[in-house]
Order: sequence, then structure tokens, then C-alpha cells
Amino acid sequence: MTLETTSMMDQPEDLADRQLLEHKEISMWQDTWRRLRKNKVSMISLVYVVVLTLSAVFAFAIMPYGRDETDFDYTREAPMSEHWFGTDKLGRDVFTRIVYGAQVSLGVAFVGSLTALLIGVTYGAVSGYFGGIIDDLMMRFVDLMYGFPTMLFLILMMLIVPPNSSTVAIMGAMFIGLGVVSWLNVARLVRGQFLSLREQEFVEAARALGATPRRIIVRHLLPNSLGPVVVWMTLQIPGLILTESTLSFIGLGVKPPTPSWGQMLSEGWRAMRTSPHLAVFPGLAITITMIAFNFLGDGLRDALDPTMRGRD
Amino acid sequence: MIRFILNRVIRSIIVIFLISVVTFTFMQLVPGGPFSSDAGGRPRPPEVQARLEAKYGLDKPPVEQYFNYMANLIFRFDFGPSLRQVDFNTNQLLFGIDFWEAPLSTPVMISAEVGLFSFLLAVLIGIPMGIVSALFRNKPPDHIAMFISTLGVSIPNFVLGLMLILLFSLTLGWLPVYGWGTWQQAVMPIITLGTGGMAIIARLTRASMLETLGQDYIRTARAKGLRERMVMVRHALPNSLIPVVTVLGPMLAAWLTGTFFVELVFAIPGIGKFFITAVTDRDYSLIMATILLYSIVLVAANLIVDIIYAFLDPRIRYQ
Repeated sequence: MTLETTSMMDQPEDLADRQLLEHKEISMWQDTWRRLRKNKVSMISLVYVVVLTLSAVFAFAIMPYGRDETDFDYTREAPMSEHWFGTDKLGRDVFTRIVYGAQVSLGVAFVGSLTALLIGVTYGAVSGYFGGIIDDLMMRFVDLMYGFPTMLFLILMMLIVPPNSSTVAIMGAMFIGLGVVSWLNVARLVRGQFLSLREQEFVEAARALGATPRRIIVRHLLPNSLGPVVVWMTLQIPGLILTESTLSFIGLGVKPPTPSWGQMLSEGWRAMRTSPHLAVFPGLAITITMIAFNFLGDGLRDALDPTMRGRD
Repeated sequence: MIRFILNRVIRSIIVIFLISVVTFTFMQLVPGGPFSSDAGGRPRPPEVQARLEAKYGLDKPPVEQYFNYMANLIFRFDFGPSLRQVDFNTNQLLFGIDFWEAPLSTPVMISAEVGLFSFLLAVLIGIPMGIVSALFRNKPPDHIAMFISTLGVSIPNFVLGLMLILLFSLTLGWLPVYGWGTWQQAVMPIITLGTGGMAIIARLTRASMLETLGQDYIRTARAKGLRERMVMVRHALPNSLIPVVTVLGPMLAAWLTGTFFVELVFAIPGIGKFFITAVTDRDYSLIMATILLYSIVLVAANLIVDIIYAFLDPRIRYQ
């Protein structure tokens, strides 16, 4: 996105703006970042997501307790200074387990949406690039798939995984399952982008220069349709966090002692009368993280396409 | 128009057929069967297992099993005997022993009631919320409504359900924790299931209303001196509700599956309960029956939405 498409109304507040007025081209992503930075809610969400991700990755180093470290002197304790979110029935620190649980919940959401992205982008790219009868048939199939009750199939898919599988195997099955059920929207999105982009001059120019379809797709069409895809992914992640916790909640996710938010919530649910904190904190973790991703996605969409600001 | 409807009906039938094939295939892939020892219950000698499988026709080739099941379903509306709930037919489990004796308290109807009431809640609150939001764009009512709806989109229904139970049942003691039948029991499940949809509908209505308000014909209507109220009621509202109608179909999918988590959290005796037990028991005919039932409702809802949409927007019919 260069000068022509950027708003001229902005006052030159910082260097980036002055560069704009001096007709220096900045890339679409720099432009987006410049706009995103001004959106406070999105920036807070971004910081939250980054901090959460880093703590999940480095949990072993920064958390004061071990993931499965039990302390039978303190079982089912309400929140206090040594255990911020209290302890569970085995005296494990709930805060620590929530941070470790983020490994599964966020990991499944990230990799699951990447899987969906791979399937969807490939499908949408082929459909949109070739158009005509191929597009027709491929989109007919997508329409059919929309009628499927996806959650029910995800549950059936998870049943194929033998119950005594390792955590890694179960997470692997979740990546594949989530990818398989959630690629439809991104396929439609990419197809739509491709249909409009492929008629534009720069694509024609590339074709005239003898570029192969593969090169046109990878070098010209894909980079230009990346914006909406990134927004899709940010908004898809909370959906997958939800799906993962739903599966774990009914006992089809990772097996204890490996924690995930849905599984902790389901455990807490059973003890809700006596120790409500065991349900409240995992529930809050899921909700706050989903809110953060939703705000970040909304902000990104506004930043990528200022004309849509405030329009949802 | 007739061609359009026919086209959609045929497509719906194909979808249901595909769903039945896929479900059946998955059940063949799932390790263990209803009578194998890993499916719970005490281990059976192999001869007994073989005898049981023969009784229910599970020893036949999968393709034959599939056709037998479907023929039975289509010609006799019989979802087959439950494989694990001995002496029960799947129809009896889902539709009650005698459906007409007390139709409103059969599992199928209870699930339908949960779904319907929360759907009404979502539409009746979501649409006005979106309209108010759009009319007061960037003013406090808009900010409040959009804050609520972002919250509503972000809270998973089972988390919301647990929080409501914690607040209204365990802390305040106003509402019963579980069950179905009285209005007190219905309040929390309906809010739990309705909130997500309400939030989505509110956001969508707002977006579509803003889009419509920017159209030339709205300016024309105002320019010709129409009162603001008339501009809204006659021109803006009907046009901005079209996109809202289209999402209702796909949204029902999430809704229907949502019902069975709400049923789980609030111990409501609907069909969701059967799906979860059927899944852990590998009760093939019960799994098939619940999935097909959900799918038929889902596909029918989508069909109705498509037809309504075609009526509202004539351009769709000619595509």
C-alpha cells in the first residue's frame, strides 16, 4: 500500500508520517503497524498475547513451582500470597498450571490454524487462480462441507485416537482435526482475493513475461492477499482455543497430568461448590485470551483497511 | 424460484447422505466396538462377542450394514436398536417411549426448546442492540453495546454457564443449579446459550446498518423530506437485515452443538446427553441417530434461510 491509498488527513506526528509526505514508499506492513500502534486496545491485547506466549514457552524457567509439584499441606487452598490462584486437590499451584496449560491451549490454536491455513490457502488459491469449471466444482464442495456439523465430526475424529496415546499424539490429532474442520472460510477468502487480483495488470505483465502459474501464485497473488488472511488467522485462533477447551472439557483432549485450560475447567467444575477458584481461574484464562485475540484481530483489520474502521 | 428451491432441496439431501456416509466410515475407523472389552463393562468371551455382533448384524460387511441401516431409517423411520442400552430402541431413547403422551418432555423436544428459546433471546436482544449501536455510532450507547458483544463473543458458553451457576445458584441461591421444566431452571441455560449468538447478531446488525445508512437511497429518502423515523423503518432497516438473515443458518450449526454442552453443564435431559454417552459406549446406532438428527435440523434450517434470503434479495435467485 503506497501513498495513493493512504489517508492524507493524518497530521505528520512522527517520522513515519513525515516520510509519507516526502513521498517515500513504505511497505504495506509498516503502514499497518503504524496504524495498529495507535489503537490502544489492540496494543494491550498484543502485549498480553506476547507475554502469555513467552511465559508458556519459558514456563519451566520462570514459574516458581513445578507443573506437577504437589504439596499436600496445601490442598484446595483459596488464592493467597504464595499461591496467587490457589491450589488444586493435589496441592498443585493453579497459576503455574494455567501457564503450562497455555502450552497446550495456545499451541493447539496456533498450529491448528496454521494447518487450516495451509489447506485453505492451497485450495482457495487453486480454485481462484484457475477459475471456470474447476472453481465451480471446488466451491460446490466447500458449500457442501458448510452443511456439516463440524464439532460432532471433530469429536468422532478424536475418538479414533487410542485412549492411551501420548500427549504429543493427541495434540497432533487435534492439529489435524482442527485444520480439517476449519479451512473452509480461508479457502473462500483466498479464492475471492485471487479472482479479483488475477485480472489486474501486474499479473498480466507477469504472465506476458512467461511466468508459470506456480510462480504467479506464489510470488504475485499470495503476497497480495496476505492481509485478510492474517486477520482471518488472528480471529480464528480464539475459535480454536474455544474448540480445544470444549474437547478437553468433555475429556477428549490431552490427558492428565498434562494441563490444558478446558481440562482444568472441567476438573474445577466438579469441585465448584467447595473450591470455586478451581473453575474461575481457568475460565478467566480462556475468556481473557479469547478477548485479547478478538481485539487484536479487529485492530489488525482496521489497520489493514482503514475504510472499514468501525464498520466491523 | 421453483428451480432454485428444487436445487437447494436436492443439495440438502446430498449433504445428509454424505454426512451419513462419513459418520458411518468414522465409526468403522474408531478402535473397539460396542461389545469389545475396551468399551467398558465386563470382558466377554469371544464367542459371546461374536454372537452379539451377529445379533445386531455387525458381522456383515460394512457396506451391507450401511444399506440395511439406511433402508430401515428411510422406510420405517427407525433409527435401530440401541446397542448398549439393552432393550431400548434408539427411537425410544430420543423420542420417548410414547412421544404423543408427553411430547414436550421427550429428549428431542427438550433440546429443541433449549435451542429455540435461546435463539429467540439472541434475535430479540441482538438486533435492537445492533440498531441502537449503529444509530449512536461512536457515542456511549455504541461503546457499551459493542463492549458487551465483544465480551459475549469471547466467553465460551460453558465458561459463562459455570460463572452463572457460581453467581446465581451457589452464591446468591436464586436459581436451581440443574434440571429443566420450570422457568427458574430455564433462565441460566437460555442466557448461556443465547449470549454468544446475541453478540454476533448485534455486531453484524450494526455493521450492516452502518453500511446501509451510507447508501445513496438513504440520502435520497432524507432529501425528499421523509421523516427520520420513516427513513429508518422503511428504507434502512429492511435492507440492513438481509445479511443478518444469512448468518442465522450457519450460526445454527454452532447453536445445535452448543446445546449439548449447555445440556451437559446444566444436566438437562435432552439428546446431547445421549450423544456423549453413545460416543464413549461406541453405541453405533445411537451415534448415527444423534448425528443424523442434528444434521437434518441443521440442513433444514440452512434450506429455510436460503429460501428466505432468495425472497428478500431477488438477485440471489438468478445466480
